[in-house]
This record gives sequence, C-alpha cells and structure tokens, in this order.
Amino acid sequence: MFLVDTTSTATDERDVGGAAQPMLIVRDLKKHFAVRGAAVRSTARVHAVDGVSFTVAKGETLGVVGESGCGKSTLGKLLMHLIDADSGELIFDGGAIGTRDMPLTQLRRNLQMVFQDSSSSLNPRLSIETSIAYGPRVHGASASEAKAKARDLLVRVGLRPDIFAGRYPHELSGGQKQRVNIARALALDPRMIILDESVSALDKSVEAQVLNLLRRLREDLRLTYIFISHDLNVVQYISDRVLVMYMGKIVEIGAVDEIYRRPRHPYTKALLRSRLSSSPDERIKLAPLTGDPPNPINPPPGCRFRARCPHARDLCATAEPVLEDGATGRKVACHFAEELADA
Amino acid sequence: MRNLQTTSVAPVAKDMPLAGKIPVVSPLARVKDLNVQFRSRDATVHAVNGVSFDLMPRDVLCIIGESGSGKSVTMKSMMRLLPPKKTVMTGEIEVNGHKVLDLSERQIRHLRGAEISMIFQEPMTALDPVYTIGRQITEAIRAHEPVTTSEARRRALELLELVRIPSAVSRLDAYPHELSGGLRQRAMIAVALSCKPKLLLADEPTTALDATVQIQVLVLLRQLQDELGMGVIFVTHDIGVAAQIADKIAVMYAGEIVEFGSARDVLVNPAHPYTRAMLASTVHGQARDADLPVIPGDPADLRRLVAGCRFAPRCGVSKSLCLERAPSLVGVAAHHDAACHLINSLT
Ligand SMILES: Nc1ncnc2c1ncn2[C@@H]1O[C@H](COP(=O)(O)OP(=O)(O)OP(=O)(O)O)[C@@H](O)[C@H]1O
Ligand SMILES: Nc1ncnc2c1ncn2[C@@H]1O[C@H](COP(=O)(O)OP(=O)(O)OP(=O)(O)O)[C@@H](O)[C@H]1O
Ligand SMILES: [Mg+2]
Ligand SMILES: [Mg+2]
Repeated sequence: MFLVDTTSTATDERDVGGAAQPMLIVRDLKKHFAVRGAAVRSTARVHAVDGVSFTVAKGETLGVVGESGCGKSTLGKLLMHLIDADSGELIFDGGAIGTRDMPLTQLRRNLQMVFQDSSSSLNPRLSIETSIAYGPRVHGASASEAKAKARDLLVRVGLRPDIFAGRYPHELSGGQKQRVNIARALALDPRMIILDESVSALDKSVEAQVLNLLRRLREDLRLTYIFISHDLNVVQYISDRVLVMYMGKIVEIGAVDEIYRRPRHPYTKALLRSRLSSSPDERIKLAPLTGDPPNPINPPPGCRFRARCPHARDLCATAEPVLEDGATGRKVACHFAEELADA
Repeated sequence: MRNLQTTSVAPVAKDMPLAGKIPVVSPLARVKDLNVQFRSRDATVHAVNGVSFDLMPRDVLCIIGESGSGKSVTMKSMMRLLPPKKTVMTGEIEVNGHKVLDLSERQIRHLRGAEISMIFQEPMTALDPVYTIGRQITEAIRAHEPVTTSEARRRALELLELVRIPSAVSRLDAYPHELSGGLRQRAMIAVALSCKPKLLLADEPTTALDATVQIQVLVLLRQLQDELGMGVIFVTHDIGVAAQIADKIAVMYAGEIVEFGSARDVLVNPAHPYTRAMLASTVHGQARDADLPVIPGDPADLRRLVAGCRFAPRCGVSKSLCLERAPSLVGVAAHHDAACHLINSLT
C-alpha cells in the first residue's frame, strides 16, 4: 500500500471519480472562533472563514493570497480536518468527507499539509529517517518497509540518505529541514498537499530549489496543491489559479494569468499594486491600501472591504456582494466589478 | 579596461547638505575589520570575517545575502547584543563617536535606545505581552530621560501618531495581542523611535507581513527616516524590499561583504557572481514551465572556512586562482566595489 510507485503506472488506480471529477469541492465552509468579548463574560465570534466555496481540479495548483488574518491558515486546517468546521461540505474525489465514501483515515492518507516553520514541525529527538517513517508505521507498514520508503523519499527531495538519514533536525539548514517536511508529507503517498507559507522562511536560492522540487514532484507524483503564500511572485510562478481572500470571504478567484493581468476586485487591485519591483527606479511612493481591516469580530453588514475601498457607494453598506461568475471561470464578489473593469 | 584599484568602501556623500560649521561630513557609523566568532566545546563558528563599511548620516543601507551569512550577527554586534561568554569579537565599531566595543556594560545600555535602536522581524518577541503599548513606550522614554509620567504619556501618544496608528489615544491602553500584525509592527517602530535614535537597525522587520501591509510599513519607515534624519541599516533577503528602501546595498556571503554599492549599481548592474546568481534565482515573473536557476552546492561551512574565495566552490566562473587566494573588495566603478578576482573579465 505504501510503496505504490505512482510514477510508473499510466493511470492512477486511486483515481475514483475520473479526470473530470474535481479533486476537492468545498461548499459554504464556515468557521467562527468564540473569543472573549469586550463586555464582561460576553463571548464574541471571529468570523475566520465565513461561507467559502470553490473547487480544485486534479493536478492543478490553487494559490491562496490575502491579508494577514484573513483566514488562509484556518481554511487549510479545516480542509485537513485539524479543526472542525461549524458548517459546510467537503468532497474529496467525489467522496463526501466523513462518510463511508471518504472516511477521515482515508482522507489523512490522501491529503497532507506542510507548514511555514520548518524547525518546530520536526521532533528534535527523532532522526530524519525515523521522522519520515513515522506516518507509514502508524498506518501499518512494517519497520523495514517504512525505512525503505523514508530512504526513497529522501532521494526524491534531493537529500542523500547515506548522509542525511541518521541526522537530527538541529544538524540541518532551513532549506534541508523544509525538504524533510515535504518528504514527511509525501510518506503516505498523498494525492493532494496544502502548503502553508512553506517557502517563506527560506532565502532566495533555497526557495528556488524547493519550488523546483515542488514542481517536479507535482509532475512525477501527479500531485494537486493548495499553495498559501504572502509572496505574490511565488504564487504567480507556481499556481494555475488563484483564490483571493478578504476577512474570511473569497473576493476573487480565477486563472492566475488573468487575475494578475487584470484584477477586478478593488482589494485584489490594491494587493497586486503592492508588489515590489526589483528595480530601485520603480519605487512605490504611496501605499496602495491604507487603513486597517475592520474588526473580524462580528463584522459590519454589506461589503467587508467597503471602509477601505475607493469606489464604495451606498449599496456596499447594505448589501453583501456575492461571488459572481464572470467570463472564463473567473468569479468576483463586488457590486461594481463590471463597471470598474477598466478603472 | 577597468582600473583595478582598491577604493574605500566609504561612499562620498556628495548630495549631503553640509551641517553648519562642520566642514566634512563624517560617517554616523563605521565598522572596521569586524570579526565575530562563536566558540563552543566542539567548534568555532566564523560568523563575521573582516567586515568593513561606513554609514553616512541619513543613509539607508540594506544588507542582503543568504541565510547564515552573518547579517544579523553584524547588526547585533553594533548593539553589543551577542552573548559575551561565547563570543569573540575583534575590530572596531564606532557609532556617533562612541567606540561600541570599548564601552562598559552601563554605557552600552545607555547607548541602546538613546542613540541606537533595533527593530526585529517578530514584533511579539520585542513587545512585552503583559504591558500595554503606552506603558512600554513611556518606560522606554523614562529610562533615558527624566520626564514626568504625564509628559512621557504625551510623548507616547505623539509617537503613535507619528507611526500613523489610527485612533492612537485608545491604542495607548491596548495590549500587543489586541493589535493586528501591521499595527504591532508600527507599535514596535514607535518603541524603537521613542528616544529619537540617530541610528536605527532593522532586522527583517517586514518579512512576516503581507504585501499591502509591508509596503505601508516601508513607506512609513522611509518617511520617518527622512523626518527624523536617522541613519538606517536594514537587513532583508527580499530583493524587492531592498530596491524599495535602500540607498546603498551590502551583499554578504559567508561572513564577508562581497559587493557594496548604490542600490541601482548592485541590483541593476551586479558585479559579483554570487550577487548575480542570487538575483537570477529570485522569483519575479519567470516562465512557469521552466525550472528556476539555483546556486549549486551547499552554503559555506562556517566551522571550516575554505582558503581562497569562499564562494568559489559554488561559482560558475571560478578559476584555480580563486581557490588559492582570497579576493579583496576592488572598485568596479565609482563607489561600487566587489570582491572577485575575475571582476574585469566578467561582463
Ligand atoms: N484558535 C483560534 N481562536 C481564536 N481566533 C483564531 C484562532 N485561530 C485563528 N483565529 C483568528 O482567525 C482569523 C484568521 O486567522 P488565520 O490564522 O487563518 O489567518 P491567516 O490568513 O492564515 O493569516 P497569516 O497570513 O497572518 O498567517 C484571525 O483573526 C485569527 O486571529
Ligand atoms: N549565538 C550564536 N552562537 C553560535 N552561532 C551563532 C550564534 N548566532 C549566530 N550564529 C551562527 O552565525 C552564523 C551567522 O548567523 P546570522 O544570524 O548572522 O545569519 P543571517 O545572515 O542573519 O541569516 P538569516 O537570513 O537566516 O537570518 C550562522 O551560521 C549562525 O548559525
Ligand atoms: Mg497563516
Ligand atoms: Mg538574520
């Protein structure tokens, strides 16, 4: 089970729904965190993920961007079932998660996550090899199978087993640790990986190595990625489509080239205009977006971006815009998206 | 044929307004042949190896370079924040006329906050979670100046307004965790500026921020630097951040400065093979179906420094000379230096 070589088989026997069936369907996913309120003994709710729906096709990479605190990591953890959703529906390759079609144990094998902090996610007392072999062992592989799997994965992520298998986390550089984390995520032959700021702590040349690695693995192992990042250049390079979040909601989603070329939502526009050039002759003089996001506790009615939006009108204060289908599969949640198309 | 003459790293401040009767502008900070080693039972880490540079008043210098190249250690040396028992430091550091390495513990504590201040990547480590923002700023002020509590509080409010924190009055009584990431970063800058330092050291202060907040903080820092007339040393590994904020750029590799020049010289006409390779591997709109160029090999092992040029084992153009003799910084153009034997044969 754990030693399937997914590269040599022409068709993936794990593919249940066929090519047209999305790898993941997310419907109206919600998570509100209860926090201590302002008044004594009151509780308030942080609307971290607030009614999010999207699909991820097999083999594609969906980038996720948005302001700090907008709910990206919460979304990732909900998909992983590391935290429970308040409501919503998740369907993995046609099987509703948590039902007989896709029980949680099977989901855990199929879906993995790699986090930002490469050091804290590895157990300092386990050798690299033991760390990687841990997942397969828990899922029933024999000690020798698990060890062979770990060595195979070290080769895949570009770390020679004879040098690295017996090392401990403190003996590795940041980039090497992140490769071990990726190897660990691959240990159960997942079909999809959620990468949450997985290259953010690395320096540029190591980041390039890890991105090349992720691209190669995506091809060799036919992986599907959700790639969460603050780095808009990296998202553009690695993603096919991009999902833009603002305060727990999707404000825009579509093909990365189209959104980067012609963003439609005012928040997406401001976000992309905040991208820094690598030339000192093209400095940004004024920050494209000013002010602070409204309080995520019991957010105001209407459009959540309106207080910072240069185009906001009366309608925006009363009616919440819905994510509307545009041409070519792009969706935008703005009352005036059509009008502002060329603004 | 370029002139292979060693120039001083110190840039001439030709656009500096000459202050009053002082005839020549002298550097605000001067680092000369700084060496920092960390000794432990099993090894000595050569973290900084002969770093020299001058920072002119009102200049923003960015230090860029790979992880572990000695950027943070250089900054911490200037504040004398390294653990004294295991650190061996040689060389000279002068800030605003003070010889930092010769000061007593009491003197250096006074210098910190008053004349040199530092801001860090993670504001939560610099801000104390159990005190309000206002209390932290007023204590920073009162540690250096004999002012009343109410005067200190008035100044704290001014500082929050200076760093453009909205509804500043109410934020004085906020705890760090009650602020968003961007606001916390600005609160930390306010604390760092509380005694109007001459020199601000910023170690990756925007790395954890998203793009919209990052540019807000960078624009703000540049304005404050100008309003307060500070010198700033800014460590980053983000080329875009350096391009946005730097006047000068120093590129570090294995504890050495391998290139130094104006932001335009270094980013648009990089000379050193390491700088070139680093810029090439940075993601910025490359084709999606091709691999990114990477620097082959592993980062230098600072426990066993190689002879010759430290980048040579990973360099695409190195010759036998490079493995034998260490290059020193030479002029590539006016005020633009690089440490490479092959500088004149590279195009
Ligand atoms: N366990 C929790 N309890 C209460 N609130 C939480 C919890 N986890 C997250 N939040 C809140 O939910 C919101 C979304 O947080 P999340 O970590 O998903 O943001 P993010 O988009 O990943 O941000 P960043 O880019 O900074 O990583 C934030 O307001 C956060 O403070
Ligand atoms: N207190 C210490 N004791 C021992 N070694 C140290 C100490 N502080 C730093 N080092 C070592 O000194 C070298 C330079 O570290 P430094 O923190 O300056 O790197 P950096 O350029 O800031 O890297 P990064 O971009 O990852 O922050 C590294 O090899 C590091 O492991
Ligand atoms: Mg997050
Ligand atoms: Mg550092």
